[in-house]
Amino acid sequence: MKLKGRAWKFGDNISTDHITPGRYYHLRSNLPELAKHVMEDANPEFAKKVRAGDFIVAGNNFGCGSSREHAPIVIKLAGVSAVIAKSFARIFYRNAINVGLPVLIADTDKIDEGDILEVDLSSGIIRNLTKNLEIKAKPIPDVMIKILEAGGLVEYVKEHSDVLV
Amino acid sequence: MGKTIAEKIFSLASGKDVKAGDFVLAKIDKAMVHDITAPLAIKALERITGERKVKYPERVIMAFDHQVPADSIKAAETHKMLRLFAKENGILNYDVREGIAHQIMVEKGHALPNQLIVGADSHTCMYGALSCFSTGIGSTDMGFVFATGKLWFKVPETIYFEVNGKLEKYVCGKDIILKLIGMVGADGANYKACVYGGDTIRKIGMSDRFTMCNMAIEMGGKAGIVEFDSITEKYLKEIGIKEIKEEILKTDEDAKFEKVELDVSGMEPQVAKPHRVDNVCGVSEVEGTKVDQVFIGSCTNGRYEDLKVAAEILRGEEVAKNVRLIVIPASRSIYKKALKDGIIDIFVEAGALVEFPCCGPCMGGSFGLIASGEVSVSTSNRNFVGRQGSPEGKIYLVSPATAAATAIYGEITDPRKV
Repeated sequence: MKLKGRAWKFGDNISTDHITPGRYYHLRSNLPELAKHVMEDANPEFAKKVRAGDFIVAGNNFGCGSSREHAPIVIKLAGVSAVIAKSFARIFYRNAINVGLPVLIADTDKIDEGDILEVDLSSGIIRNLTKNLEIKAKPIPDVMIKILEAGGLVEYVKEHSDVLV
Repeated sequence: MGKTIAEKIFSLASGKDVKAGDFVLAKIDKAMVHDITAPLAIKALERITGERKVKYPERVIMAFDHQVPADSIKAAETHKMLRLFAKENGILNYDVREGIAHQIMVEKGHALPNQLIVGADSHTCMYGALSCFSTGIGSTDMGFVFATGKLWFKVPETIYFEVNGKLEKYVCGKDIILKLIGMVGADGANYKACVYGGDTIRKIGMSDRFTMCNMAIEMGGKAGIVEFDSITEKYLKEIGIKEIKEEILKTDEDAKFEKVELDVSGMEPQVAKPHRVDNVCGVSEVEGTKVDQVFIGSCTNGRYEDLKVAAEILRGEEVAKNVRLIVIPASRSIYKKALKDGIIDIFVEAGALVEFPCCGPCMGGSFGLIASGEVSVSTSNRNFVGRQGSPEGKIYLVSPATAAATAIYGEITDPRKV
């Protein structure tokens, strides 16, 4: 799977409250509407200006906080093709894979806002086309690539119904 | 080599001899869902199996605590749908009646030693104070648990926090956990089981232990655990658990874990400053900061012992004129006990708004919110931007004692000076 888009840069400890603020909980049964507020408390311009294929690029501990799965879902709905961060909070990482949002662990210091990136999920190679350099992400385990390729855990389980027994 | 309690619980739940780093498909003893995360879990179940049938309904516990009583027509519709789902499946549903789901799990005997428990909420890690392994999961994972009664895990490594020394008056479990989070950072225990031990932990009560396990997630922990002792045993007896037949799992002396040590002798009350839980300092650094709202409650600090210490400080006092004090017992049984013992009376006399058991302002989407530029002092667990209302507001996290003292003076106050 190859992905291409612009980078949106964020810092450390972007929480699920930054991604999906509690004051929009009433929208949670209307995910496309909730997606209009994605990342609002980290960058109010993001939801308006993000384009399909763009990347969220962040520092350490991305997605810390709540277990709310709405967080990776609205990032995916906003058209973001992958989140690249130095590290992820555990529940967010797992939820992202489960809903089919690619998440890559890599050194993001050499990526700036607006850089054009090309990402190969299976090899974990991130090409920064703007800066003309290559960053190697930690490889995603095979089983997770398969879940992502299926489109998420639900679709994966449907293809492997033996786990339901 | 010996094993940690986490490795032993995962070995028991998977039927295999496993160690940290192994991937396991483990049997889930109990699964908790609430009104915010259950709807997506049900959707995942439907998408996985094509129907709304839970495989082991007797292992699922439901409670409504985030938007109660329904604060909007949408919340009411969600509750209605969940009630029907619980009824159709024969799931035990506490509805809006008993309080915060996490507190229900530990006071109604749903969380017991040795068990593997999941909950569709990040603070599920609280139940480990009863010597079980409990962890928060997302809704799709919960849909998988509904469909199979099992879930995949990576067996976590363990950080052992050894806490020694004598706590000063009005310094409690909340201050210890804030201090530890400040020490290791918001991702200092990412993916790991946080086991608390040492002389101090052996002396503090279950209420403080629940608080400390509850906040393991604020340093990234997969679980918070305090291993079984006479205090755990006494608590379980009090909630009606007569005896535990199985051998209670404990960490072997030669097990492998990382160790962090803390001496709490002379430690002052701790405060997490905006907007990060690991932005921690002693109360003296922020004393005098003007506040607009004080919240005493939540799954972190809404227990009887929390209300009792706050009432002790507020007895005969009045909440400062420009301050709103909101007090919310974590469960109906705590509420009843506090009513009976005159504790609620003290809050009402002082001018507090006492609300029915629920999450209250902690989730920032229902009621008790703060406006732009306002400062909230809260006994809850997160001070992220926008967590209690306006993203231009500020939240300081403290213990119930510090919160009560702060409410009286309208500025952050060291409870030892009241």
